[in-house]
Amino acid sequence: MAKEMLTGNAAAAWGVRLAEVDYIPAYPITPQTEIIETIAKWISDGEMDAGFVTMDSEHSMVTAAGAASATGARTFTTTSSQGLMYGFEMLFTVAGWRVPLVMVNVSRGLSAPITLGPDHNDILALRDTGFLQIHCETCQEVLDSVLMAYRLAEDDRVLLPLMVNMDGFFLSFTREAVEVPDVEKVRSFLPEYQPEHAFFRAGQPMAQGVAVLGGEFYSYFKYQMHLASQNALEVYREVSDDFERIFGRKYGTIDEYMMEDAEYVLVMTNSFSTLGKAAVKRARENGIKAGLLRPRFLRPFPEADIRNALKGKKAVAVIDQNISVGKGGIIYSEMASCLYNENSRPLMLSFIGGLGGKNISQEEFDLIFEKMIHAEDSGIVGLPHLLYTKKEWEGIKKLKEIAGRQ
Amino acid sequence: MDSENIRSIKELPSEENMQPGTAACAGCGGLLTLRYCLKALGENIVIVNAAGCFTLLTIYPFSPFRNSWLYTAMACAPAGAQGVRDALDILIKKGKLDPEENLKVVVLAGDGSAYDMALSSTSGAIYRNLDFYYICYDNEAYGNTGFQHSGASPFGSRTGTTPPGEKVPVGSQLQKKNLFDIWNSHKPPYLATVSPAYPVDLMNKFKKAEQFKGPKLFISHIPCPPGWGFDPSQSVKLAKLSVETGLWPLKESIHGEVEHTFVPKKFKPVEDYLKKQERFSHLFKPERQEEALKSIQEMVDDYWRKNKLLP
Repeated sequence: MAKEMLTGNAAAAWGVRLAEVDYIPAYPITPQTEIIETIAKWISDGEMDAGFVTMDSEHSMVTAAGAASATGARTFTTTSSQGLMYGFEMLFTVAGWRVPLVMVNVSRGLSAPITLGPDHNDILALRDTGFLQIHCETCQEVLDSVLMAYRLAEDDRVLLPLMVNMDGFFLSFTREAVEVPDVEKVRSFLPEYQPEHAFFRAGQPMAQGVAVLGGEFYSYFKYQMHLASQNALEVYREVSDDFERIFGRKYGTIDEYMMEDAEYVLVMTNSFSTLGKAAVKRARENGIKAGLLRPRFLRPFPEADIRNALKGKKAVAVIDQNISVGKGGIIYSEMASCLYNENSRPLMLSFIGGLGGKNISQEEFDLIFEKMIHAEDSGIVGLPHLLYTKKEWEGIKKLKEIAGRQ
Repeated sequence: MDSENIRSIKELPSEENMQPGTAACAGCGGLLTLRYCLKALGENIVIVNAAGCFTLLTIYPFSPFRNSWLYTAMACAPAGAQGVRDALDILIKKGKLDPEENLKVVVLAGDGSAYDMALSSTSGAIYRNLDFYYICYDNEAYGNTGFQHSGASPFGSRTGTTPPGEKVPVGSQLQKKNLFDIWNSHKPPYLATVSPAYPVDLMNKFKKAEQFKGPKLFISHIPCPPGWGFDPSQSVKLAKLSVETGLWPLKESIHGEVEHTFVPKKFKPVEDYLKKQERFSHLFKPERQEEALKSIQEMVDDYWRKNKLLP
């Protein structure tokens, strides 16, 4: 099939259309809105047969989506940033219902200060909810991940909701060539959803989301969620093999770029990884054996694949496009815990960059490689490094002067 | 259910769709309301419950219901009902669900949810003309957390967060929010107040509501023995007194047009109702708070005078 030029948002909408989703409760927020507008237009034109309703808030939207999923309908919803936070309570609830809801989050920095550019504090705040998480670098990957998301979430060894993430603006509004698969092919990969565990019908009354009294009962259900999330790694192998067989594109739990003989490795997620890959290429031209590792799954965390990929590397620089205030990078901590018990492990450096969509410049990447090499030579790893260029510093100084602050 | 009105309590359906043995308090007026509602609704329903006292009706692995149940959270049971209703409709339309398997969708929420936290999601569901039932069990405070002030708490009542004291001897200084009028401003197809002391009135209201597609809303004023402070055996009597004193008008509204369904021939003084409850005891001792008592009576008289129903 011919490729089309699609934004990340349009690619997400195509994933939803091809998955033949039954129901979409929606609520607008920049930079996600194009997804629900695209779907609404298709439904209005009769090109997509689904229920669509605009809710009164993201809290209501997530509830309606989870409840529809609990009724047995294949359901989709999507949000971003503040909206995700507004629905936050219900994300835990919906995950606890063990329903295969698929959501797309279009990443955007969290207020305050209020902003539109992307970073991942919104999606990473979800990491303990029970939602699985797939983070995408390209528009094609967004479409393909939505399809794989339903296959994975609806598998009865998993039965957990899943969030597909893309960066606001940088991916949501960037057009790339995307292959839109044939719907018959998609059907062979993703058959119609037949709910076996959660539904409402007259002939078979069912109580869902009931209370438990006692920590031992509560613990049991929470452990079940954790084990199901771990199962997802194994089930995903089947899903991605099937996907490759049918569509010819392969996606692992991690994406490895020039990793085979790499000594110095960047760890990045989402669309800014493209900048990282360009930096790796340049570093190679300068004689540094560089590589890039991009975790696609952050929940479940693909520990074994990461350990394997980093075996024998000299140094790793994790560039977190998020900030856990008072600690540093979130993914840095996760990577470090995953390698801690290895007999030999690379040094690991922490960098914060790209917050609110701040650029990561060529010079900053050069600095990162320099610091990795220096750490390898000296054995010393410093504190988390907050990336900021001199030019950016001059810029904020100007704003502060206007604001009357020296 | 036969659409003809019933005239006496003997004509209530004998089927019980809720079994005894729940964790609700003895004499819970809400449970009694729910029992009557379920007689009216039958067993082919799914209750979408908000956080509140009735969260504890289903505790794994037990349920007192013949029907389905989904527990959501405090702010969003109407949104849950939207998801369930829409999903059933689309699955039936696409031929994925036998129409015989269809269910009525019923929201169950206390006053803390209905009057306060879920106001937005409720307004949204009514505005979207969602085809559902809504039962608010209103005991005039956050009962499940031990009786704290809610938007439904009446003026002069003691709650955990409006304790009468030297500076504020009256307890709650705020008037009960008028949820009936808030909901009625949406002009829903059917809206009514009910009381567990008037099961015939309740049953006939559900019968009438059945003919409408869209929101069918019920607010039940429900005595709460531990919160209000009275003997559980007096629950129905107190529910009756709240109607007989005119404090809880029994009425209905069809597309915004309000009619009273019961007007006491002679209104009892509100003190008859207040005196029987610990939560109002500070209005009478150590000394009578005349002004507060007078303002409560005036508020009731005013209501009925404005509705031209004061004898």
